[in-house]
Amino acid sequence: MSEITRLSLSQARDRLQAGELSSKELTEEMIAAVTAARPLNAFITETPERALEMAQASDARRAAGEEVGVLEGLPIAIKDLFCTQGVLTTAGSHILDGFHPTYESTVTANLWRAGAVMLGKTNLDEFAMGSSNMTSYYGNVINPWRRRDDDTPLVPGGSSGGSAAAVAARCAFGATGTDTGGSIRQPGAFAGIVGMKPTYGRCSRWGVVAFASSLDQAGPMTRTVRDAAIMLEAMAGYDPKDSTSVNRPVPSYEAAMTGDIRGLKVGIPKEYRVEGMPEAIEALWHQGMEWLKAAGAQPVDISLPHTKYALPTYYIVAPAEASSNLARYDGVRYGLRVPADSLDEMYEMTRGEGFGAEVKRRVLIGTYVLSAGYYDAYYNKARRVRTLIAQDFAKAFEEVDVILTPTAPSAAFGMGEKMDDPVAMYLNDVFTVPASLAGLPGISVPGGLSPEGLPLGLQLITGAFEEEKLFRAAGVLETAAGFEALPKFLAGE
Amino acid sequence: MSVDQETVAKIASLARIRVDEDQQVALAGELSNILEWIELLNELETEGVRPLTSVVEMTAPQRDDVVTDGDRVDDIIANAPDPANSFFAVPKVVE
Repeated sequence: MSEITRLSLSQARDRLQAGELSSKELTEEMIAAVTAARPLNAFITETPERALEMAQASDARRAAGEEVGVLEGLPIAIKDLFCTQGVLTTAGSHILDGFHPTYESTVTANLWRAGAVMLGKTNLDEFAMGSSNMTSYYGNVINPWRRRDDDTPLVPGGSSGGSAAAVAARCAFGATGTDTGGSIRQPGAFAGIVGMKPTYGRCSRWGVVAFASSLDQAGPMTRTVRDAAIMLEAMAGYDPKDSTSVNRPVPSYEAAMTGDIRGLKVGIPKEYRVEGMPEAIEALWHQGMEWLKAAGAQPVDISLPHTKYALPTYYIVAPAEASSNLARYDGVRYGLRVPADSLDEMYEMTRGEGFGAEVKRRVLIGTYVLSAGYYDAYYNKARRVRTLIAQDFAKAFEEVDVILTPTAPSAAFGMGEKMDDPVAMYLNDVFTVPASLAGLPGISVPGGLSPEGLPLGLQLITGAFEEEKLFRAAGVLETAAGFEALPKFLAGE
Repeated sequence: MSVDQETVAKIASLARIRVDEDQQVALAGELSNILEWIELLNELETEGVRPLTSVVEMTAPQRDDVVTDGDRVDDIIANAPDPANSFFAVPKVVE
């Protein structure tokens, strides 16, 4: 390791711009760090040759005086849910064995156009279904953090667990994640980094392996809020190939970080005080409000009355959409095929062997709630409650600018904990799912450490397409928190 | 609502997923727990509430009805586990 891998993305960018470093030097350091971080199992596929080619091309562009992108020459990692042309794309599933897309997802294409360099594809829960990264066919990811005086391996959260671990262990300046119910924000909190989910429709979903299409959204995972702002600027934008992508200009999110939040009204939802939440999280939440208040913001007590219905709603809507989206894995067009005598038998054998336990569970739940006789009682009921949840937020945002909550109800937990009961695992997303159901942007910022020495995150939420306000408030929160703690495992140190 | 082993077998068949009998028993328990938890929603009155279809209010974009893509057979077939010339091949479906 070197002083180089410890730079933030924006610091590395500034050094490149000043001509103090080349992309090749930066990339070589990061490739070495990726190799050193193998014990974490954060990557499914490493792409060092491609990284070096991209870095040299970037240096050449800069040397030729060409116009450079916002991520010019910066090595990043890509969650293995984004299709990358010619590079194995697995979604963490056995059923996509050997799948080499013949096309590039819009978000990754945008990143490469902005000059970014690809280090590889990061591990994730199978089809992004999980909160621990323990459902991946490619094995568990290990959180670079450890409890104080305790060597129990911990989960990095999920589903974007590989991306979170890579950024936390300093073997990528940033990584893409995707968030359906908290899959960027919760691992961000567990790994002590920033995780940002934009408004639904801000980033194109084209070429991202679909889980629940009305919820899925790509976003950046980085060490600092500024880094996330820079990265989102490159990722976002209208895409005619995704009919739910929204046609509005992408502002400079970095420029929005003025540090001035005087007069900002910050909502504190009383329903987020859940039973059994550790005292340290409650205390950090209170501290977060004090930090914002000291910067000139004004706290406002608010109510989001349908909060407790958000998780059950999510666990109808998301599996229903998943059961439909995952119908395409049939052993015919790509991935695994288990041969059988009849077509139906081939489908059943392929899907029986290709899907892991959690994916099967969700596809079966989804099939059940969509089946004749239950569609109205479950699926339509959930969609009605989803309207009520969205209305809660709409009403709250008539009064406040941002909402402040904890990101997750616990710090990172040990591997194998919470595995016996699917519902206990689902409760991880209790604070992140409501904003997902309403399609709103949210960001998790590291706020402090638990008594065991593990990072805890604070979440900010704003109204739709108010990312600038979100980054402004998050930047102030980050500065006040001054989170400097480092994980036990740092790549190559 | 609890589901029994027979129901698991039925939905597994609808979902075209092979689930062994011992797994069916375990899944019946797990799925019942999840469904029981989901039933919390029944305490809410939702009469007259419109089901949410899209979180972003927008009209579907339209474009000219012209061909913009195609003629990429090799790309499409490239990942097929058992291609036959430029076709996807499957086990025989008609005798």
